[in-house]
Amino acid sequence: MTGWLRFAPILLLVLIVAAMLWRLANPPDTTVHSQMIGKPVPQFALAAAVPGVQGLSSAQLADGKPKLVHFFASWCVPCIGEAPVLDQLKKQGLTIEGIAIRDRPDELAGFLARNGDPFDRIGSDPESKTQLAFGSSGVPETFVVDGRGVIRLQHIGAIEPNEIAAIRAAVEQAR
Amino acid sequence: MRLVLLAIALVFAAPVLADSDMPPAYWANRQLPNPQQEERAQSLMQEIRCLVCQGESIADSDAELAGDMRDLVRRRIAAGEKPASIRSWLIQRYGNWISFRPPTQPIGLPLWLAPLALLVVGGLLAASRLKRRRSQ
Repeated sequence: MTGWLRFAPILLLVLIVAAMLWRLANPPDTTVHSQMIGKPVPQFALAAAVPGVQGLSSAQLADGKPKLVHFFASWCVPCIGEAPVLDQLKKQGLTIEGIAIRDRPDELAGFLARNGDPFDRIGSDPESKTQLAFGSSGVPETFVVDGRGVIRLQHIGAIEPNEIAAIRAAVEQAR
Repeated sequence: MRLVLLAIALVFAAPVLADSDMPPAYWANRQLPNPQQEERAQSLMQEIRCLVCQGESIADSDAELAGDMRDLVRRRIAAGEKPASIRSWLIQRYGNWISFRPPTQPIGLPLWLAPLALLVVGGLLAASRLKRRRSQ
């Protein structure tokens, strides 16, 4: 053990501590990204989530027009905060299809009455089956689906007001 | 004083539950009647990562989504689907990350070779030190 080799263990320790500190300062991304981007939407046919609206099926997502497919729920707190943003997107001419996760018709109806209903159709996904088929892992999540029914983008979490432009651009691109 | 009150209030605060109040899916916490099928489902569920509590398998996790995933696994096993096909269905959607037994890939090679390399380096080091001691 001569010369600089003597300091090798200390150097190793410093490197390990530095790596740990770096990881603490830059926590890893824990969001789960869907691998379905660029693939056609999975086959599904969901019953209407509330009386009086239409259910949603995969065939309806390939009708030539790009759409947002929005996974949400009445028990999801961030979804309440996101409602005005969805409303704005709807007013700007976007089609938003809803998929309600593990929800009850009465509770969902109350949620729509309180927070607004920007959805063209709302399908009910009581066991998260369609959510799993999309590669989605929570609510709220929004997918951009192009006119051929191909998934183009996944937005994880609530859409913030400053992200409206990006969502609109993605839908424009999917045309 | 205000801090103490706040602390006491926090002790009794109910966490906001990020869960629905729907009952768990039918097969979430129920065993399949066919023991062989249940065993197959169990061993697969222990190797699928929960999307919510990401360090746990769906067999261990209490998250609702994990329950829904157990329901999905049991239904498909009961319908005669092979565990490997269910696993690849999930990997297609969530990537290799979803499986606790990812396929061997070139990127994992250092992990397998590191112990061998360390053993060789250690052996050489020990050999050189022993030789030096003998020559002293």
